[in-house]
Amino acid sequence: MRLQQTPAPPPEGRPLLEVRDLRVSFFTPAGEVRAVRGITYQVDYGEVVGIVGESGSGKSVEAYAIMGLLQPPGRVVGGAVTFEGEDVLAFSPRALTTFRGGRAAMIFQNPMTSLNPVYSVGEQLMEALRAHQKAASRREAAQRAAGMLERVGIHNPERRMRQYPHELSGGMRQRVMIAMGLICHPKLLIADEPTTALDVTIQAQILELMKDLQRQTGMGILFITHNLGVVAELCHKVCVMYAGKLVEQGAVDDIFYRPGHPYTEGLLRSMPRLDDQERRRLIPIQGTPVDLLDPPAGCPFAPRCPHAMEVCLGRMPPYVELGPGHRSACWLRVREGLSTSPAGGEEASHG
Amino acid sequence: MAEHDILLQVEHLTKYFPLKGQPGPGIRAVEDVSVTLRRGETLGLVGESGCGKTTLGRTILRLHEPTSGAIVYDGVPLYRRDYPFQPNERGELVKRSVPRAQAVDMLPYRRRMQIIFQDPSASLDPRMTVGEIVGEALDIHKLCRGRAQRAARIRELLSMVGLNPEHAGRYPHEFSGGQQQRVGIARALAVEPEFIVCDEPISALDVSIQSQVVNMLEDMQAQLGLTYLFIAHDLSVVRHISRRIGVMYLGALVELSESWELCRRPLHPYTQTLLSAVPVPDPERARSRQRMVLQGDIPSPIHPPAGCRFHTRCPYAAGRCRKEVPPFREHTPGHWAACHLLGGDNPSAPVES
Repeated sequence: MRLQQTPAPPPEGRPLLEVRDLRVSFFTPAGEVRAVRGITYQVDYGEVVGIVGESGSGKSVEAYAIMGLLQPPGRVVGGAVTFEGEDVLAFSPRALTTFRGGRAAMIFQNPMTSLNPVYSVGEQLMEALRAHQKAASRREAAQRAAGMLERVGIHNPERRMRQYPHELSGGMRQRVMIAMGLICHPKLLIADEPTTALDVTIQAQILELMKDLQRQTGMGILFITHNLGVVAELCHKVCVMYAGKLVEQGAVDDIFYRPGHPYTEGLLRSMPRLDDQERRRLIPIQGTPVDLLDPPAGCPFAPRCPHAMEVCLGRMPPYVELGPGHRSACWLRVREGLSTSPAGGEEASHG
Repeated sequence: MAEHDILLQVEHLTKYFPLKGQPGPGIRAVEDVSVTLRRGETLGLVGESGCGKTTLGRTILRLHEPTSGAIVYDGVPLYRRDYPFQPNERGELVKRSVPRAQAVDMLPYRRRMQIIFQDPSASLDPRMTVGEIVGEALDIHKLCRGRAQRAARIRELLSMVGLNPEHAGRYPHEFSGGQQQRVGIARALAVEPEFIVCDEPISALDVSIQSQVVNMLEDMQAQLGLTYLFIAHDLSVVRHISRRIGVMYLGALVELSESWELCRRPLHPYTQTLLSAVPVPDPERARSRQRMVLQGDIPSPIHPPAGCRFHTRCPYAAGRCRKEVPPFREHTPGHWAACHLLGGDNPSAPVES
């Protein structure tokens, strides 16, 4: 079965997803945890954008906010999310239900906690189709579910449809979840660390699969991960998050070959790589991430940055344009006299 | 290699976990693994989840009692037992009677052989302060005389791993993951061991913290002359820290070599696919390289495939691979692999330089 016709041509000048100055906080007994502190980026039609960051950087929270999946005490406290020109944050619960799983879908790190253990794989796939009125009958739904399983590389789909999640291997479960995400032909897929729990050989299978599906369907993907290797394999564009801020964004080659932020440089330098030509001493990033209950006034990376200056501790740097679509929030770059846009947290324009 | 250079010798080590109510060997987690560790070296162990690398590490320490084989530590046999199974006419493993295991009391050896666990939060008692956690080992082995000496030693250990010694009174949950792992390392170092099994010590840590811990493990090794068995699934980290690497698949050691040689010229098809699967943080290379993608999943260790265990997923598998277990042979000096398709007897070896 064909997965989808050619994607709709992108309407002139309008991105698929636009996130502008998004802020998310968690209101805990200990105080307001400012998990996402004003981030701006966009995903174009057919584009794979990677969001890279460590645990606690806000990369997953930000995605949950886009999908309207934030649970109390988490709340969007500012900014806008626009999907194909529509304001997602203003969606009614009903509109949100049609949006999720329909035009935009999300897959998660641990398929075992995302799949329902008491329903068969087939029932769960068909439920998605029926909920979005994409299949006229049960029979048609079953056919399309089987076709989708085949598309994600599951042999003997009729048998697998009758099985329950616990009967499948980890890689197989992740394929089922991808199938479930894609079954209603979303224009945007948000993938939250979908390969992190998998072994490296299975990760390679899933990455190849996602690459193929992306090329065939032309969907946009927002790929959230901490693994820079995975980003290099899959993404066109990369956003680097640190302590709730987007410290650098650019095309994948910019980020890897011309990193413009000390945090990005630090990440790239700190890990041993299989393409290293000789053994070297690792250069770690010193210190630990900041406390988001009381984030620093200045650049969040300043306390760990080897180049930190007086100004870094006191004020959030503005974005500096390093090239087309490549920008970094770093005072070092400001000092180099490159053109800037308003301060990283406060800025409202997008490039 | 001089006799005294060898710290640990593992011979034909096998660990089966019997299944309740079922005859036969049960889960064949580790089977017939032989490996030698030299004093002061780091041997890396890689493989996918379920390949038996953690079980091997724990069985060497006799945290799991072995099923058979021998463990010789610094010249002393800690454990020795013959293989208690034999194949019947259908090829199934059935019990046979063998003499009881010869085994020594491990307590004196616990001081010399330690382990660092993967999940620091799960391996530290939440109701003990980090001072108590580190001090417990000192008490068990009676390493300190008097409270003052004990307290001083705890402070010394905490500062050795880069923690603030003033924090000895704090509980594990008050520390970050990276700091908790440092507590786990301080606990292992408390008894002044010679040999440490590092079982995925950095997998649970954030990227920016991982290299801090790797560097610290290297520093400790240089300062204290430690020998490591470093178990991890991340090949780039293992290559970085290890002098030699063993690759495991489904309970068996399939390849063993000096670490850079292994990554430059992997001999076993499984090692080749493993290397090819590692994502490289280099977009140019990621676009250009052809990747060997392994089909299917790892088979069950309850019924591992006959012959070569990898034959069900091996792109080069031939008839002989399905029947005979390939011998673990030295192909070039120090480079061992278990594959029928290697070596002089078969010109169509799946190896390219």
